[in-house]
Amino acid sequence: MKRGSFGAWLAVALGVIYFLAPLIATFEFSLRLKRGEYSFEAYRLVFASGNFQSSFLYSAILALVTIVLGVMLVAPTAYWVQLRLPRLRALVEFITLLPLVIPAIVLVFGYIRLYDSSSWLPLTGSGFGTDVLLTLGYVALAMPYMYRSIDTGLRAIDVRTLTEAAESQGATWPVILLRVILPNIRSAILSGAFLTFAIVIGEFTFASLLNRPAFGPYLQLVGATRAYEPAALAVMAFAITWACMGLIQVIGQGARGSSAGTR
Amino acid sequence: MSSAAAPRPSRRRALSQQLGAWLGVAPFFIFALMFLILPTVDLLIGAFQDHQGAFTFDNIQRLGQPSIVASYWLSIEVSAASALFGALFGLALALAVLRGGLPGWLRPTLMTFSGVASNFAGVPLAFAFIATLGRMGFVTLLLANLFGFNIYAAGFNIFTFTGLTLTYLYFQIPLMILVVTPAIDGIKREWGDAAATLGANQMQYWRMVVLPVLWPSIMGASLLLFANAFGAIATAYALTGPSLNIVPILLYAQIRGDVLHDPNLGYALALGMLLITGVSNLAYILLRSRSERWLK
Repeated sequence: MKRGSFGAWLAVALGVIYFLAPLIATFEFSLRLKRGEYSFEAYRLVFASGNFQSSFLYSAILALVTIVLGVMLVAPTAYWVQLRLPRLRALVEFITLLPLVIPAIVLVFGYIRLYDSSSWLPLTGSGFGTDVLLTLGYVALAMPYMYRSIDTGLRAIDVRTLTEAAESQGATWPVILLRVILPNIRSAILSGAFLTFAIVIGEFTFASLLNRPAFGPYLQLVGATRAYEPAALAVMAFAITWACMGLIQVIGQGARGSSAGTR
Repeated sequence: MSSAAAPRPSRRRALSQQLGAWLGVAPFFIFALMFLILPTVDLLIGAFQDHQGAFTFDNIQRLGQPSIVASYWLSIEVSAASALFGALFGLALALAVLRGGLPGWLRPTLMTFSGVASNFAGVPLAFAFIATLGRMGFVTLLLANLFGFNIYAAGFNIFTFTGLTLTYLYFQIPLMILVVTPAIDGIKREWGDAAATLGANQMQYWRMVVLPVLWPSIMGASLLLFANAFGAIATAYALTGPSLNIVPILLYAQIRGDVLHDPNLGYALALGMLLITGVSNLAYILLRSRSERWLK
């Protein structure tokens, strides 16, 4: 038993070294821009850069639109499957897993071939069309996470009783979905939303190959041309990922607490 | 209202409800068709066409040229190495924290961190490892200054196979932890007591009870890790640029500038990728459903 415990401590110690060293190193590196002293100069330069601001804003807006579209697409589907079309469940689950099976680079290659400027739906023919395509691509990329979050949320509530109660009050189904179901799975939707944000904000492959001025390609460009700014950006990216995941945890705990309180 | 007329409106209502439900899921299927299935199928068709659009196996055959085969091998090696070590270390870490008799607060910490780290991939991850193990990296300088050990003189380079594998482990190990944890939780403490009652020692218990139960999960998770690494590009591209010619980077260059000088060969390249990730994922799903038998 004692020996097992030693092995366990050793494994954890090695894990801590491997996972913490890059974080410490990246932070230290990001402070090295001025020779001979530590400074936040790299961060200042990054924040002052117009490309940083515009690409971050662009990706943030895309992420928000992706979240809204994703919820609009996934929530009704998961609701109907749960309530009236249970035999479609396996098929829908399989489809939502496809974005994990098809590599992003293959999918975007397909988009470029299918929706090029001479096709029936020439989305890549204009800047706005490409933005639309990129956003819909992100909806697809985020679908596995969004669907799982919302489906888990729906399973935790009594969809049938809620629907029947609302119907007996004369509610139509858009009202039921928007005012009865959605508020009850708020925390599930929010965790799907934060995960989507974390995925979209730094996404590289789609944005780069569709030639859009997003944050991911900007990061890559800075990495290829600058020395210390990339480290500063990596620290920020880690903080954003950490914030998104942390918020998911907080929401999850809050939802559990509040539902216990209302009961 | 007559009793004979009563069932009809309710049947009609059921029918309209059913219709409403189908209409409700229609956008999802249209979306899936347009942005998942058709683009992929269209590429696959392109892989079997020549420039005029006639059917041919020529593209598939030309995947056999040495440079492309070398690309696939490099990709398979990087993915297999990062999957193997990721599975091994991830399993060890998960077992240590879940079953090693360590303080209870380690578990939620490990899970939260794994959630973050498995999502911390792409370009920033490459930056982090350059800052750590690059020529001027923190750890590189630390080792040189403290122990006089220059890892670059010893042959290490972050922009190589080893460097890329080491970097991929940063998201592979956490993914392994997340995937294998439910399986480890499925091992009941009673089994240990039962084995002990039957006279098994600790070694026999692990070898004859725990490992066989965990085995499908471990295999499945390894395949998932393999597919995960095989499809990844952003980290590799930001880390090594086009110098390490793994398949996704070759495909990226092909989409960007037709480096193969043949779009249809590009489609065949994508088909090969999809086949490899598809088969690994499928095997993962099958193995997972097998291992779920023990989790009830």
